[in-house]
Amino acid sequence: MLINYPFIAVFFIASVIFPFIPLIMGYLVAPKRPTEGKKSTYECGLEAIGDIWVQFRVQYYLYAIAFVVFDVEVVFLYPWAVSFGQIGVFALIAMSIFLLILVASLIYDWRKGALEWI
Amino acid sequence: MDDIVVQVLIMLVQVVVLVLAISTGFAYLTLFERRLLARMQNRVGPNRAGPGGFLQPAADAVKLFFKEDVIPTLVDRGVYLLAPALAVIPALLIWAVIPFGCLNIAGDYQACFADPATNPNLHNIFQLADIDIGVLYLLAITSIGVYGITLAGWASNSKYAMLGGIRASAQLISYELALSSAVLAAVMMAGTLSTHEVIYQQMTMWFVIPQLLGFVLFLISGTAELVRAPFDLVEAEQELTSGYNAEYGSMKFALFFMSEYIKMIAISAIAVTLYLGGWNAPGLELLGSLMTGMAGPLVGSIAVGLASFLVFLVKVVLILFLFVWMRASWPRVRYDKLMYMGWKWLLPLALLNVAMTAVFVVVLPDALIHSVALFVASLVVMAVAYVVSSRVKPAPSRSRIKMVQPEVPRRPSS
Repeated sequence: MLINYPFIAVFFIASVIFPFIPLIMGYLVAPKRPTEGKKSTYECGLEAIGDIWVQFRVQYYLYAIAFVVFDVEVVFLYPWAVSFGQIGVFALIAMSIFLLILVASLIYDWRKGALEWI
Repeated sequence: MDDIVVQVLIMLVQVVVLVLAISTGFAYLTLFERRLLARMQNRVGPNRAGPGGFLQPAADAVKLFFKEDVIPTLVDRGVYLLAPALAVIPALLIWAVIPFGCLNIAGDYQACFADPATNPNLHNIFQLADIDIGVLYLLAITSIGVYGITLAGWASNSKYAMLGGIRASAQLISYELALSSAVLAAVMMAGTLSTHEVIYQQMTMWFVIPQLLGFVLFLISGTAELVRAPFDLVEAEQELTSGYNAEYGSMKFALFFMSEYIKMIAISAIAVTLYLGGWNAPGLELLGSLMTGMAGPLVGSIAVGLASFLVFLVKVVLILFLFVWMRASWPRVRYDKLMYMGWKWLLPLALLNVAMTAVFVVVLPDALIHSVALFVASLVVMAVAYVVSSRVKPAPSRSRIKMVQPEVPRRPSS
């Protein structure tokens, strides 16, 4: 119902303000006595060596790409899920073709080894 | 004109009360978890501050306020300071569409139990906003929760935090697929995306019966989505020294903690709404008619409102108990196994659940018959999945560090 969207807008503003209250209060009351040791990056007591922006595993990217594909497809399924009861068998057949493509791409990913964690 | 002012006032009061209630709920959830975990580990848990440890959350909050606020030199300052807030905001926003009771301020308790299609203007003050795309909103907001954690890991400029952040993003997106596919099947049963109407559709039967498989999938992927034990690889203490929040202290750390626990209550509330009938319980309507007969419509409506809120609370606490129980019972899983489980078990099972639901609902139009059929099919699928998964050889660790089996010295024969 459209009348309800202002509630979400007000709630959004409230929840954006909310986390900053403790942050600012904490900033005001907390003691500040920084030293070099405290401000250094934590690495189990050793001197931090090297940068963190390094190469990391390609699997993370592969999962992310697969996620984008599947997530979009799942979102496409939602309008169908709301109305398939009224449309009946035609919607069932149309969606089963779509689901088969989804499953085929999952199997393709699987066989190609994109889901392996090496 | 006055009418609008009253409306706006009610709206503001609702928003403020909701935010305060959520933060109180968070505070007492931490106590609940610590006490319960302690009992499960044969300890006592925090019981000194106030009767039964009742004031422990307040003591914790005071302590965290007065902790020194250290900002490491190497961090990306802006993002580093913003990340805790970015984690809390979506966790709070989830609550906008969750109905945690049904109190009709017009004094008509029957409106709560009436068909929403013929009765569109339900003034339920126990639900902030009943929008038509409520379930979609829930999924959208839960999925932007990943930004806070990822940005915190990235901005900290620490290797542990970075690893935690990357792990978190990969884990959250993987399990989000299983989560949204599991919810999809529940939406198919309800035929609506409005959260209030989902509850109305469960008046005759809770969706946990036809969607048993979906409920189990939802709980597993929900736990992973919350990065809680046994899926808490993001903050694995032994290897990552608490992961993405390693560089955070004082109130900034408290906000991460808060977002995690608020999300935990929210996921439980979503599970209750989608699968366990929401605020409704048998006998609630009878209570309404009894109280209306005894003391008038307004009292009847308020009685139904409070009772439904209580019912909702009991159900949520039961699911929270389950989360704590899981944490106490299971060790952490290995990261590659976590990914395999999400992609190779939960996602195919969720898709199978969707297909199963679609076929049964279309082929067997009677609600009772297809519910029972789906219940049986869910049990069969889970049994088959259990048998197959226990037969499959566990994936070998592909770590380049070889595990050396120590030779067991033979016991000298006497």
